[in-house]
Amino acid sequence: MSKSTVGGDQVTPTYLIRGARVVGGGPTDLLVAGGVVTRVGSGLDARGATVVDADGLVALPGLVDLHTHLREPGREDAETVESGSRAAALGGYTAVCAMANTSPVADTAGVVEQVWRLGREAGLVDVQPIGAVTVGLAGERLAELGAMADSAARVRIFSDDGHCVADPRLMRRALEYVKAFDGVIAQHAEEPRLTEGAQMHEGEVSTRLGLTGWPAVAEEAIIARDVLLAEHVGSRLHVCHLSTAGSVEVLRHAKARGVRVTAEVTPHHLLLTDEIVGGRRELVGPALAGPTSGGAGTVGTGYDPVFKVNPPLRTAADAAALREALIEGIIDVVATDHAPHALEDKECEWAYARPGMLGLETALSVLLSVLGERWDLIAERMSRTPARIAGLVEHGRDPAPGVPANLTLVDPAARRTVDPGEMASRSRNTPYAGMTLPGRIVATFLAGEPTVLDGKAVR
Amino acid sequence: MAYPQAAQPPPVPPPSVKVILTSAELARVVDRIAHQILEKTQGAAGTVLLGIPTRGAPLARRLAARINAFEGIDVPVGVLDITLYRDDLRRHAVRAIGPTDVPAEGIDGKRVILVDDVLFSGRTVRAALDALSDIGRPSSVQLAVLVDRGHRELPIRADYVGKNIPTALAESVRVTLAETDGADEVKLIGGPA
Amino acid sequence: MLKHLLSGADLDAATATLILDTAGEMARLAGREVKKLPALRGRTVVNLFYEDSTRTRISFEAAAKRLSADVINFSAKGSSVSKGESLKDTALTLQAMGADAVVIRHPASGAPHTLANWIDGSVLNAGDGTHEHPTQALLDAYTMRSRLGRVAGLSVAVVGDVLHSRVARSNVLLLATLGAKVTLVGPPTLIPVDIGTALAPGTEVSYDLDAVLPTADVVMMLRVQRERMADSYFPSAREYARRYGLDGPRMRRLPDHAIVMHPGPMNRGMEIAPEVADSSRSTIVEQVTNGVSVRMAVLYLLLGGMDR
Repeated sequence: MSKSTVGGDQVTPTYLIRGARVVGGGPTDLLVAGGVVTRVGSGLDARGATVVDADGLVALPGLVDLHTHLREPGREDAETVESGSRAAALGGYTAVCAMANTSPVADTAGVVEQVWRLGREAGLVDVQPIGAVTVGLAGERLAELGAMADSAARVRIFSDDGHCVADPRLMRRALEYVKAFDGVIAQHAEEPRLTEGAQMHEGEVSTRLGLTGWPAVAEEAIIARDVLLAEHVGSRLHVCHLSTAGSVEVLRHAKARGVRVTAEVTPHHLLLTDEIVGGRRELVGPALAGPTSGGAGTVGTGYDPVFKVNPPLRTAADAAALREALIEGIIDVVATDHAPHALEDKECEWAYARPGMLGLETALSVLLSVLGERWDLIAERMSRTPARIAGLVEHGRDPAPGVPANLTLVDPAARRTVDPGEMASRSRNTPYAGMTLPGRIVATFLAGEPTVLDGKAVR
Repeated sequence: MAYPQAAQPPPVPPPSVKVILTSAELARVVDRIAHQILEKTQGAAGTVLLGIPTRGAPLARRLAARINAFEGIDVPVGVLDITLYRDDLRRHAVRAIGPTDVPAEGIDGKRVILVDDVLFSGRTVRAALDALSDIGRPSSVQLAVLVDRGHRELPIRADYVGKNIPTALAESVRVTLAETDGADEVKLIGGPA
Repeated sequence: MLKHLLSGADLDAATATLILDTAGEMARLAGREVKKLPALRGRTVVNLFYEDSTRTRISFEAAAKRLSADVINFSAKGSSVSKGESLKDTALTLQAMGADAVVIRHPASGAPHTLANWIDGSVLNAGDGTHEHPTQALLDAYTMRSRLGRVAGLSVAVVGDVLHSRVARSNVLLLATLGAKVTLVGPPTLIPVDIGTALAPGTEVSYDLDAVLPTADVVMMLRVQRERMADSYFPSAREYARRYGLDGPRMRRLPDHAIVMHPGPMNRGMEIAPEVADSSRSTIVEQVTNGVSVRMAVLYLLLGGMDR
C-alpha cells in the first residue's frame, strides 16, 4: 500500500468521484478519504483530491464472489492468489471467497492462513478463505473446522467444492458443528453414484455426442436431502452453483418452509446451454438479442473442453428457470465459480479435460446481458447478499457517508469483445471468447484505494 | 466533374464455335475407322474394343456395330474406367468411378483397341494403358480416336484417327454423341475470335 | 466433397449414395488378380489407434494399401502415446509428417473432432468412445443394399446396448438419411434418453424384441459386454439373452428375406446364438469383406480430389 507520510501524520490519499450514478440513481459526487466514503452530494470539492471522472458511470458496492478458485497453493501455473485477485478487481470485485480444493487442501488453519496472508499481500481484493469440510476433501471425516474458524483467516464458509459431502451422516454433523461459530456449509450438490464418468448434462445433446450424462436428479436429490437435514438440525446451508430447474423448485419449497438455505448461480449457467458442447451456440432469452453478438451459430467442431464445467451446462429451459429464480430471489446470489485451468488441461480430449471456466472478469457483463440494467438487483445478488452470507461486514454496502469505500464504477454503455489473451487471469479458459458483451469496469476501489483505474489494474 | 472511372474489363466476346463434323460426317468417319480396323487387323479376329468413358464407350459400340454390318463379325466390346489411374487426381474435383466392363473372354492374348473421342495430351491413354496392365496381358494394344487435336505431352500416337484437327491450346474440341448428349456433332470452341 | 468423416451426420443422401456406389466399383476391382490401384499413390494415411481394434485397423490398412497409399500405423501401445504424449503433440507430429489422412480410433468421444482442429489432413473417425463409427454404418448400409437391393423403406431393428454403442449412433443417423425406418430395441437401461429427438426424428424405441421381429427386414445385433452387469444395466447374462438375445426360434419369426447383422466381435450365446450367427441370414462375414470396399471408397473420395 502506498501511503505517504507528511510531518508525522499519515495522509491517506483522497479521491473525488465525480458524477457517478450510485446503484443507477442520479449523478452525484463521492468523496473518498481514509478508506471510507466521507461525503455524497453534488458539486463536492476537495483540495488535493484526485478526481475520478465518473460521468455516465454507475457506482456499485464492490462485488463479492462466494465461489472463486485461486489455485494457490498447488497450481500456480493456472492461477495465483495475486493473479486471481487482479482478475477479480478488474471484474469489479472487492472480495472473493477462495475455495478449499488447493494442493494441499485448505483443511487446516495453516493453509487457510497462508491463503489469507497471500491475499493481504496482493492487496487487490479481500481474499476470504473457505475451509474444507472434510480432511483432504475425501468425504470421510471432518476437518478441524473450529481451528480454521479461530484462525487469522476467520473462516465461516466451509465447502468440499469439487466434491459433494455425499455421506448424509457426515453432512448432518458438519451442519450442526459449524453452528458454534455461525458457520455455513456450502454444498457442491452432486450425488456421486449418479454421476460416475459423467461428462456433460444428460439429455438430447449427451445422447447425440455419446458422452456419459450428468443427470439433473443427481443435483436435485442432494439439495432435497440437504435442505431437510438443515431444517432438522436448524443450521445454515448454502447451495453452490445451482444449475437445474428442478433444483429451483426444491429450493422454493424449502424457503417456503422457512429453511435457512441460500443458493448461488453462476453466470455461465445463466447464459450458456449444453447445445454449445455439440458446437451449436444457443443463447438464452430476449435480453441477448441486443447487447450480445456472436449469438446463435456454430462453434467449431464441437467437443471444445472450454465448455466443460461441473455442474455441466444445462438446457435452455433450465437456464430460463435459473434466471427467473434469480430475479425472484429464490436464488440469492451470483457466484462465478471462477476455475482457471492450464492450457494442457483444456487443450485435449473432452473426457480428459478438467471441468471449469474463468468467470471473474466477465461476470458483471454476463449479468448485464441476462438482466439488463437492473442495478439494484445486480447490487443485491452480486454484492450485498453474498457479503452477508460470507459475513464480510466491510463489503456489500452501498456508497454512503461512513461506509467503507469498497466500490466499483461500471460503464454500462461500453461493449467489449472477450479476448482470452487479454485476461488478467493466468489461464485462458473463458467460454465467452469472441463474444461481445455489454458493460465495462472502469474503476474499483478497495478500502478507499483504487485497484483498477481507467479499466486497468493499478498493479 | 466526373470521378475517374475504374478501368472496365473489356467485354468478353462470345467464344467462336465452328462445326467440324456434322452428324452425317461423323457417321462416315466411324464407318471409315471400322473399315480401317478390318483392314489393318485382317478381319478383326482376336480383337477386343475397349471404350474409355465417357464417350469412348458408345464409340466402341458403334464401331463394333459397323464391323458387324460390313463383315458379319462380332467383335467383343467393353468399357475401361481409368479414373483411379489418372495422374491429375489431385488437381480436379473428385470423380465418381465408373464401371470397368471387360468382355467375358478377357483380354489376355487379345488385340485390344482402346477407343476414345479426342486424343490430346495423351495422359488419358497413358492411364488406360496402366489400367489395362492391371487387368490382363493383351498381345497388342492399339488406339482409335474420333479426333486428334495435337499437343501431345507423352510419346503416344493413334493407330486409327477419324479426323486430324489442328488446334490452339486455348481452343477446345467438344464431341457430342446421341447416346450421351442427344445428338452427334464435333465442334471447335473458343480461343479469342 | 467432405474434408473429414467424423459422424454419420456429415453425410447427406447424395454423398452417402456416392460412397456406396463407389464401394460397389471397388468391390468389383477387388475380384481381379491385380488388386492394387494407383489412385492414392504418394499419399500418406496414418492409422492412429488409441484402442486395440485389430479388425478395424486391418480393414483400413488394406483399403489404403489397395489404393497405393503409404500407410503408417501409429498405435497407442509401443509409441510415445503410452508415455503420456498428448493428442495435441501427436497431432503436431502427424502434421509435420505430412499425413494426408488420419484414421483415428479413440476411447474418448469427440477425440476425432478435436484432432480435426489441429491438422490440415482429413480425419476419419474409426470409432470414438461411445459416440460414432461412421464407416461401420456405411458398410452396414452397403451390406443391406447388396443383400436386399435397397436401403430406403427397410425396417431395421438395432438390438442391444444402444447406450454405449457407437455403431448404433452412426447407423441411426445414416439409415435415417437413406430413408430406412429404425427401431431401437433393448432394456430401458441401455436405451439413451431422447434418442429419437437427439439423432433422427422417426426413430422408434421398443423394449420387446419379439414384437419387432415379424416386420423387420434387418436385425442388427449389438455387442453387449458382460461387464455391464456389474453396473446393474441388467441382472444377468442369462436374463439378457432370454429377453434380447437372438436365438433360433426368434430368428424363425423373421420374414423369409430378413437378414441378421452384427458388427463384431460377437458374444456367442449372449446377444446372438451360434445357430443364428452361422445361418444363411447372417451377413457377418460379408460385413467384414464389405468393410474394405467401403473404406476404399471413403479414402478415395476424401483424398482423391484434393490438392494439398
